[in-house]
Amino acid sequence: MAEGMTFTIHDLDMLTQAEVYGKALVELGRQNKNVVVLTADLMRSNKTGEFAAAYPERFFNVGVAEQNLFGIAAGLARAGKIPFASTFAAFASMRACEQVRTDIAYNNVPVKIVATHSGLSMGTGGPTHFATEDIAIMRAMPNMTVIVPADSIETARAVAACVDLPGPAYIRIGRGFEPAAYEDENYDYTIGKSVLMRDGSDITLICCGVAVNAGVIVSSQLEGEGVSVRVINMHTIKPLDREAVVKAAKETRFIITAEEHNIIGGLGSAVAEVLAEEGAAVKLKRLGVRDEYSEIGYPEALYNRYNLDSDSMSRVIAELKEQRAF
Amino acid sequence: MAQTTTRHITDRKELEKYLVTKAAETRKKILELARIAMGGHLGGALSMVDVTVALYHHIMNLDPKNPSWPDRDRFILSKGHGAIALDPILAQVGFFPEEKLETFNKLDSPFGMHTNAHSTPGIEHSTGSLGHGLAVAVGMALGARLDGATWRVFCLLGDGEMQEGSTWEALMSAAQFKLGNLVAIIDRNKFTIDGPTEMLMALEPLADKLRAFRWNVIEVNGQNMTEILNVFEELPLPTSDVPTVVIAHTEKGHGVSFMRGQSKWHYGAIDSDLEAQAVQEIDATIPK
Repeated sequence: MAEGMTFTIHDLDMLTQAEVYGKALVELGRQNKNVVVLTADLMRSNKTGEFAAAYPERFFNVGVAEQNLFGIAAGLARAGKIPFASTFAAFASMRACEQVRTDIAYNNVPVKIVATHSGLSMGTGGPTHFATEDIAIMRAMPNMTVIVPADSIETARAVAACVDLPGPAYIRIGRGFEPAAYEDENYDYTIGKSVLMRDGSDITLICCGVAVNAGVIVSSQLEGEGVSVRVINMHTIKPLDREAVVKAAKETRFIITAEEHNIIGGLGSAVAEVLAEEGAAVKLKRLGVRDEYSEIGYPEALYNRYNLDSDSMSRVIAELKEQRAF
Repeated sequence: MAQTTTRHITDRKELEKYLVTKAAETRKKILELARIAMGGHLGGALSMVDVTVALYHHIMNLDPKNPSWPDRDRFILSKGHGAIALDPILAQVGFFPEEKLETFNKLDSPFGMHTNAHSTPGIEHSTGSLGHGLAVAVGMALGARLDGATWRVFCLLGDGEMQEGSTWEALMSAAQFKLGNLVAIIDRNKFTIDGPTEMLMALEPLADKLRAFRWNVIEVNGQNMTEILNVFEELPLPTSDVPTVVIAHTEKGHGVSFMRGQSKWHYGAIDSDLEAQAVQEIDATIPK
């Protein structure tokens, strides 16, 4: 946690991920005068407006122009600034994909892309505003660190941690109403190092984002039914914590990945790559959107549809148990 | 501190003569590189030479021995395929030895078809895909403003990339942010790969469009050193609040009779016979 930045659990119950991001930026801006913030007509949605109020001279709203947003951010980084550039994940990863790839990742400049409203979190907004491809896109860019915070606390941790990264980072947060996965901020947060949320010996749930909290609930529920579920918060998709994956493959009999993303190219694929390369003899199931454009609905309904809430995850595990899969 | 190569020249005619000679040397180097590197973007490289030579040899504050000197003026080659023209000029002013260019396009060479900031001293940002450079230049100019610095950002664009929507996003924002420390130059050679801009996707009335986007618009014969110097020596102060765009009216393939004004020489390779013919024509332009 950046010096002087503290949030109580009460704050975090009341604040969305975006609101925490907005407050974290103000604190970072106070500590480091090179921190600059940019957005593309979304300062109300992504709460960068708080920074704008505190440090108007270091805030740039480029209007509805996402390509320009990331090009300008790259130029500010070239001039020695630490830009945090925010828009919806769909636009950061797709509308402005080439600016992110060529001007930021290829040029290897320290722009921090904080992409909000990722995954299915726009709910009724539908697939034009969903981002279920962004982890795959960003993961394929050399130099890019890819981070998916589990909740508001972890958003603050991630934002603070990436300030000192010499290269670019993509931080993917939701709409901000996700329940907390952590009870307090007192845990070891290191980019590239996963967090063991619950230990277990039968199966391992490797989760990111909104699926982390669901996984923790599932682990508690199934404990009483004699199924021991390990839950790993894989908050950094790249570089992936290979050691934790290999350990899970050795110590549990089945791995499930859960992500608010297409099952192609994201966390599930990253875990599968490690398992295959390490020759790990363990079965894998990938939960998420199954290579389709999602239905439209409230996020909670969509999480249920795509096996990302605790009820549906429990059901999946019960089915696997019935099939004697582990 | 700044070390222009022309600092010892006090006479105006001598200065122009010096720069015209450097432009001719650059054109010959472009042709040599296109031969040894098995091809290059000749048309657009030859058209941009005179303005770029004037900037690097005389206008910009640079210290080639210290490429990251904080107070230097910045130059972004948004038309990154002009690397075959820019890299020789960087060598001329002393960023690296000219012999190094002989590796052009080869495996592990610092130099290739498009600019490479990772490997080429003096290149501020790697470019190549069109429509990217001006937004990066806007970001740099904003950074200078935040630091209270008075260095300028120069951004050279091809006229083809005036067909990219992202260029117009950047134009809009530079005016909005009042970046008088930003100077865009459009190498208006009137051709893209597939033909004349005005037949393919017309840009005119370009100056009017840029004025409508709230820029200070200057037009110049981009192949005439006297005119080029007059424009760049009289730029508005970097502390002013309107960005300047210089439309440099140029000729694709300028300086080589069989290349001028032809789309087919947008990219091409030449053998030593063609090179010799071209060099003869270029040598004839060097002032005695």
